[in-house]
This record gives sequence, structure tokens and C-alpha cells, in this order.
Amino acid sequence: MVEKIFKVTSSAGIHARPATSLVNKASQFNSDLNIEYNGRKANLKSIMGVMAMGIQQGAEIKITAQGSDESEAIKAIEETMKSEGLGE
Amino acid sequence: MSEKITGIAASSGIAIAKVFVLANPEIVIERKTVSDKAGEVERLEKALATSKSELEIIRDKAKVDLGEDKAAIFDAHLLVLSDPELVGAVKSKIESDSLSAEAALDDVSSMFISMFENMDNDYMKERAADIRDVSKRVISHLLNLQFASPASITEETIVVAEDLTPSDTAQLNRKYVKGFATDIGGRTSHSAIMSRSMEIPAVVGTKTIMEKAEQGVLAIVDGLSGEVILDPTPEEVDKYKKKQADFQAQQEEWKKLVNESTKTADDHHVELAANIGNPGDIEGVLNNGGEAVGLYRTEFLYMGRDKLPTEDEQFEAYKAVLEKMEGKPVVIRTLDIGGDKELPYLDLPKEMNPFLGFRAIRLCLEQQDIFRTQLRALLRASSYGQLKVMFPMIATLNEFREAKGILLEEKEKLVSEGTSVSDNIEIGMMVEIPSTAVLADRFAKEVDFFSIGTNDLIQYTMAADRMNERVSYLYQPYNPSILRLINNVITAAHKEGKWAGMCGEMAGDETAIPLLLALGLDEFSMSATSILPARSQLAKLSKEELSKHKEAFLNLDTVDEVIDYVKTHLS
Repeated sequence: MVEKIFKVTSSAGIHARPATSLVNKASQFNSDLNIEYNGRKANLKSIMGVMAMGIQQGAEIKITAQGSDESEAIKAIEETMKSEGLGE
Repeated sequence: MSEKITGIAASSGIAIAKVFVLANPEIVIERKTVSDKAGEVERLEKALATSKSELEIIRDKAKVDLGEDKAAIFDAHLLVLSDPELVGAVKSKIESDSLSAEAALDDVSSMFISMFENMDNDYMKERAADIRDVSKRVISHLLNLQFASPASITEETIVVAEDLTPSDTAQLNRKYVKGFATDIGGRTSHSAIMSRSMEIPAVVGTKTIMEKAEQGVLAIVDGLSGEVILDPTPEEVDKYKKKQADFQAQQEEWKKLVNESTKTADDHHVELAANIGNPGDIEGVLNNGGEAVGLYRTEFLYMGRDKLPTEDEQFEAYKAVLEKMEGKPVVIRTLDIGGDKELPYLDLPKEMNPFLGFRAIRLCLEQQDIFRTQLRALLRASSYGQLKVMFPMIATLNEFREAKGILLEEKEKLVSEGTSVSDNIEIGMMVEIPSTAVLADRFAKEVDFFSIGTNDLIQYTMAADRMNERVSYLYQPYNPSILRLINNVITAAHKEGKWAGMCGEMAGDETAIPLLLALGLDEFSMSATSILPARSQLAKLSKEELSKHKEAFLNLDTVDEVIDYVKTHLS
């Protein structure tokens, strides 16, 4: 399993549009991807799971990937976080 | 059988086409258990697939018609359809409880909806509506109900709806939507204003059209008289085809005035400008011979999205408008949000009296980051044309001074950063709060111009909510009290060598035009489609003659007396 911690810098937090990009990206991989925030955990391939976390600016989130393409998956998520201006 | 329904004429022209009822079907879900669980799962998969391809079409069309930005919401809708948590939960509910696919989906989506609705954030609460939308679409397929979406219209239609929200109208395709009729609304409601800027004949406030119109029935929308005829007889169709042809002939006649300048019978020039909401509206302004943009409502840049537009996004929009107007004046109004125009992502508390509350310049002066971003975008765009900046909802001189001060600060910053900013930007204000009309002589010393926003000025002067049909009789543009306020503003402006314009609905009104010309109004800003009729009317009026009547009509008692006076003395 690989994991990475991000800090959300986008002033709007993770709203519908960036969440859409994240979930779309996550869904391209076979690995199980999860997002953890505030002691809760959700499936990163679930738009509603991600949105329901209500992630705000300044939040620290952990993304984990487990499966055959876990390293590629984490890398791709990191790129999406950056290109969407979500965080680093 | 032919049936006539009367409403309020909102946008002129005649449309004859089949009705498209924009209503979500009433969904009744029977909670029944099933024996063929695999069959239910299969039905679910099929309904999801149909919904998916439908939404893909809507998204692709929206991308072309409205841009990536507005289409993005449908990407989110598509993801809900394939959400593993949602679909997984529905499937396991079918398995474990032997529920029908629709009942299982309803259970699961209701759970998600209430979860979002209970979140402590207005933006998230709004997302419940997205889930509701998507699950409704799927359930409709499971129940074989027809689902209406404004973006799915692909033939000539008359859209019938209870009301059209900004997001509904954003999805309407001008190519197919020939006219529309709604149950609620008045001449100044959002749907009416949009219909005029899209040049689509419309009748609003019919109260009964939703109840009476059937999907696919032929209908006539008469945006001149405010009537809708359902299932017209062949004779009626012929009659209206003729009326439509006459109207178009008159339009052609007006078209000849497109390149003429606006002159009264005694050779006095006034400026005829247009109100716009998007850079795309400029085409209509130029086609209708607009001499300027008298009001660019920037709030549409902020609506229908999930975060604030960036400085660059705004800059591009303002630059586009200024460039397309090729050096003609463009009055851009800074953000007028609040009141009936909400921005879910700003997370503002609900107010008892939003029209009297925290909106427009009040919000901008407090949330200065939003205001400064917009001002910078405006200032950067200023070198591409003749920009005039206007502040909305000014109540006091201090507000104007503060807003102007912030603008000058941002200008200085930009200039010191080496950005080119025009040195001839006029800074003016809307006159829509009676306090400013009363104190116009003081304001006139500090502003470069006034633009009278009559819709709000009338509602605030008469203390009558313009969205409330029961007090709509108080919406009296020609009431002597309103005319005196307008006179006060124009006189004060001229005394200081400034100009006074009007950007409310009244500026394009046939009855108001002689009154306003008599009072000396310099600029009339209206829906683009009203410009040519106004130009043709003004050519027949003499300013000198009319101004002799000024004292007389300012001293009348009632609105009816004023209307009579215009008919007998000023036409």
C-alpha cells in the first residue's frame, strides 16, 4: 500500500468540479483508492463519498492506494491535485 | 379545442410551435418485493446506461452552447450514475430486501440526499439537489416516465414551465426554443428579462398554463398582447401567421434604422444603449443599432458555477465586450449579488428581506477580496475600449467614496506593476435607492455619471416587492413621485455638467420615452430589441415641444393622469 498526504489549498475546498476530476482519475485505476480526512474514510472512486466529506481549505487529507497499479495511481492523483489547483 | 390564456407580455414577437412542458413527472414508487432479483439488477443497469447516454448528450450540447464551465455540472451528474457506493448500495438492497430497483434506488438516494441536506454548508446542501436530479432521471426510466430537460430540446418548441430559473434558461437552445410561457413572474422577473435578451417571444405570469398545456399540442405565444392560445383553430393559426409576418415586416422597417443615429424631430441627439448579461449579447446589440452598452450585468459571470470567477476569466469577458463594441461606450456594473440573485458558494446567511439586505456594493465593500479582483479585471480590460465603471446599490456618499477609493488604489497598484490602464475611465453609480435620488445634487459633484435603475427605484420608492404579484399594481413607473425623483437626478447631473442615463425597463417603454425626453435624459439603456422602436419613436418627438410640458406633468396627482397626459399631449 502507498499513501500520500496533501494539504488542500483551494479556497473553495474540494467542491463538485475538482471532486469530479479526482474521482474520474481514480476510476481509471484498478487499485483500491481511499481518501481519509478528519478520522473518516471514503472511496475515492465515489463522487458522493468524496463530496460528503465536506473538505474545506486548509484541510490535511490522506490518500491511500492498494493494488497492482498503486504507485501509478498515487502519482496520477498528485498530478490532478496540482493541475486542479486543489493542493499539494 | 382552442383555448386562450392571458398573461403578461414579456418579450415581443409571435411564436407558433408545439408545446414542450418543462416539468418533472410526478413519481410514485410502489414499495413491492420482487422474486426475480437478477432481473431487477438488470433493469437497474439498463436504466443507468440510458441515463448515462442521455446525460452525455446533454453535457456535450451544453459544452458547445454554453461552454466548458456550465457543462461541468453534468460531468458530476455522470459520476453519480457510476458511483460505486451508490450503485453498490442499491444492488445490495435489491439482494437483501428483495426490493424493486426503483424502491431500492429511492431508499439509497434519499439517504444520501438527507446526508447532504444536513451538512453544515449551503454549498453542500445544494448538492442534494444534484443527487435528487440524477436519481429522478434513473427512476423515471425505470418507471417509463418521460423526463424533461431544457437542454434535450431538439425541435422547434414553445417551452411551458412554472418558472424558468437562471440555470434552466442557461440550457435553452435559441435555435429550437421559439417562445415560452410561464405560470409565474412579471415583466421584470428573471425569465422575462432573459427572454428579451435572447429575443424569444414570451408570456409570463399566466397562472394556469402548466395546468392546461399538454405536451406536444400546438400553441401560439403572442408576446405583443400577452396571450397564449393552446390548440388553435386553423383560422387562428392563419391569423397569427399574418400577425407574425406583420411584426416581422415592422422589424424589417426598424432594421433600416440600424445605422442611423438617434435624432429627435428637432435634431437633438440622445444615446440609445443596450443592457447585456454576457459577452455573447453584443451581437444582438450591434444588430439592433445600439450606440453603447448602458449596463453590463456582471453577476452572470458569477452564477451557475461552484466558485468565484478568477481575475483572468473576468478580464477576458470584459475585454471581449469592450473590443466587440469597438470604442463605443460600455458601462460595466460591478457585482450586484444578493437579493433574488444568490451565489451558493458564498455561503451567505438567509435574510428576511434580501432586497433590503446584504447585497451588491454592501457585500463588495465588506468582502473586498471579491471586489478588488473584479476591479483589477476591469482596469486591465480598460485599455481595450471605452470603459465606464458603475457601482450598484449606493445609498450614501460615503459608500461611493469608499468604492471609488478602492478602485483608484487598485489602479495605482496596476500602474506601478507596469500594467496599462486607461486614463479616461468614468466612474458613476446606479440611482436605485431613493436616498440618492433625493440627494442627487450632492452626489453629482463627485460622480461622472448617474444611471437610474428604475426597477429597483420603483420598488424601493413604493415599498412594493416586484416579485410579489399581489402588490404588482404598485409597480408604477409613471407615478408622479417617480417622475419627480428622475427629474431631480437629471437636473442635478446637468447642473454639474454630468450626464444622466437610465438602465431600467422604463427607458425602453413607449409611454415613458416622451416623459424622459422632456425631463432631459441623456442616455436610454434598454433591451437590445427595444432600441430600433425607440429610435423610430424618438424621431417623431420634439424635445423642445415636450419640455414645455414638464411642469405640467410633474404636478399631476396620479399615475392614470400621467398616462392620459402622455396620450393627449405628448404623442
